[in-house]
Amino acid sequence: MNIEVDHLEWGIPGKTIVRDVTLRIRSGETVGLIGPNGSGKSSLLRCIAGLRKPTSGVIRYDGQDIQGWNSRQIAQQAAFVEQSADSDSDLRVADVVALGRTPFRSPWKALDRTDQIVIDAALERLELTELRSREWKTLSGGERQRAHIARALAQQPWCILLDEPTNHLDIKHQLALMDLLATTDQTILVALHDLSLAARYCDRLVLMSGGTVIADGTPGEVLTAERLRNVFDVEAHITSDPLGNLTISYSRPGVTIATPGPTG
Amino acid sequence: MSASGVDLSVLHPTARDRTPPADLPPAPPDRSGTPVPVLLLAELVLLIASVAASVLIGTSEVGVADLGRVLGTRLGLPVEPLPGLLDSLIWDLRVPRVLLAALVGASLALCGAVLQAVTRNGLADPYLLGISSGASTGAVAVVVLGLGAGSFSVTGGAFAGALLSFGLLMLLLRRSGLGSMRIVLTGVIVAELFAAITALVMIASGDADTTRAILHWLLGSMASARWDAVIASVVVTVAGLCVIWPYATALDGFSFGTDTASSLGIDVRTTRIVLLGVTALLTAVAVASVGAVGFVGLIVPHGVRFLVGPLHRVLLPFSALAGAIFLVWTDALARVTFAPQEVPVGVFTALLGVPLFLLILRKRGEL
Repeated sequence: MNIEVDHLEWGIPGKTIVRDVTLRIRSGETVGLIGPNGSGKSSLLRCIAGLRKPTSGVIRYDGQDIQGWNSRQIAQQAAFVEQSADSDSDLRVADVVALGRTPFRSPWKALDRTDQIVIDAALERLELTELRSREWKTLSGGERQRAHIARALAQQPWCILLDEPTNHLDIKHQLALMDLLATTDQTILVALHDLSLAARYCDRLVLMSGGTVIADGTPGEVLTAERLRNVFDVEAHITSDPLGNLTISYSRPGVTIATPGPTG
Repeated sequence: MSASGVDLSVLHPTARDRTPPADLPPAPPDRSGTPVPVLLLAELVLLIASVAASVLIGTSEVGVADLGRVLGTRLGLPVEPLPGLLDSLIWDLRVPRVLLAALVGASLALCGAVLQAVTRNGLADPYLLGISSGASTGAVAVVVLGLGAGSFSVTGGAFAGALLSFGLLMLLLRRSGLGSMRIVLTGVIVAELFAAITALVMIASGDADTTRAILHWLLGSMASARWDAVIASVVVTVAGLCVIWPYATALDGFSFGTDTASSLGIDVRTTRIVLLGVTALLTAVAVASVGAVGFVGLIVPHGVRFLVGPLHRVLLPFSALAGAIFLVWTDALARVTFAPQEVPVGVFTALLGVPLFLLILRKRGEL
């Protein structure tokens, strides 16, 4: 599914948070959304997920304007993973993943065999099969995050929108998740703080600042020392290894980096 | 395929139209290990037994045979009718009272389960929205201001007051996104307002007898139960359950908040409005017929959640049945403990409810 965003604006009374965003995401692309805190990444994701009504501008899924679609129609196309959606309930991991079947269920029907197969596969994909009967409050932060991602996969979505999904994940699961997002042919738009991770796994990066897109291109094009200085207010040293992987090291402005280069 | 042989390709959107293979392993058992229909049937049998037993309990001795003869007479079976007074005691007082207790218990527990999910607040109960305070104001106004006479006008006044308070609540919420905290806070404000008005009217009236009568009603009492109230309750409770039931999956989706619920295709705002409206109506009918019986709507859903888990497809019918059983028995206690003196049933729901609640919290490791 390709996504087109045209001159999108969204805000709360007295403050525009997303301003004049125009964006094209091709079907199957993995696009990283980066930018400092408060740059509008989460709000843009929520607009594209149909959770916020834009003040102006158009969002199209495969060329169709989603304005006027109900949440069920949108949920059958796109899945959304919040930054940290928590619950007080005793839902088990399998129950949470089963929520992903909601857009396809009639209110009268229990989960059927098809639902069950999809839920099992989603659990397996996120290495949660062993944890399927564990209650929510007994899970670690990372396990909860993985349960939400499995829930999104159980939606069989054409597109997955994720807000900082690597938070709470240990390194192994960060890499596993990014690998999943990079290899699937579903369309992915993922907000990330870790620029190295974003550079390594995303086909394209979209850099936001002050509510608008200020750079859009391959990781090599977007991540330049000058831009990072202007946008993130850090001194960055970016090196590229023979495989084209970027390594970024930072320091606060005015502090010189002693030994730039790959670490670890 | 994954290492363990699970076909992961079903996660792709193009797999949506695939038909499932025939050789599927059976679904994993429910958390209790017992199939849900069996549990439901067991609970239904328990309810019927409780109702029958409760009819037999009371200040006048009633035997199973007597009950059989009363029912037989009504069904037109060839049985010898009971003497008029006893027949009337059973059929006009005891039976409607026990049935009303079951219906009100079911209704309140159902509302509690729904509101706890809608507001994502374990402290939510049917009175959270200020409905009972509005009903009290209506009842007090009728009694004190002498609008009409008899139990019907108290019921009518209570019902009008309940709807008035709900109208005010929705008016205050009309521009909001119906966020959980907003609902809870606005409900508290409405409840406080009507509680203050009730107190004011009662003090202004200054009549000790009126105050006592109202107090009895405020704590909840099944004593004035008649068939008309039972019929009204049956209609509203069954209708309410039918409206609420299709929202069971949506209520599960509310567990993670508005955005996640909405991203799952749930129309959050409509769901909230419908469910608030239905619970308000159910509560209004319950409070108008028997007063504000406390604790049922709060603890029964928690107890049931503890037994069968938090999924609403199971939780809602179980809560309704458990609430019915709970109130049938507490009302029986209220009738017989200090017979012939009656204790307001709300006293017993709290006396039984508090230790039960503590037990559940302790078992869940929250205390």
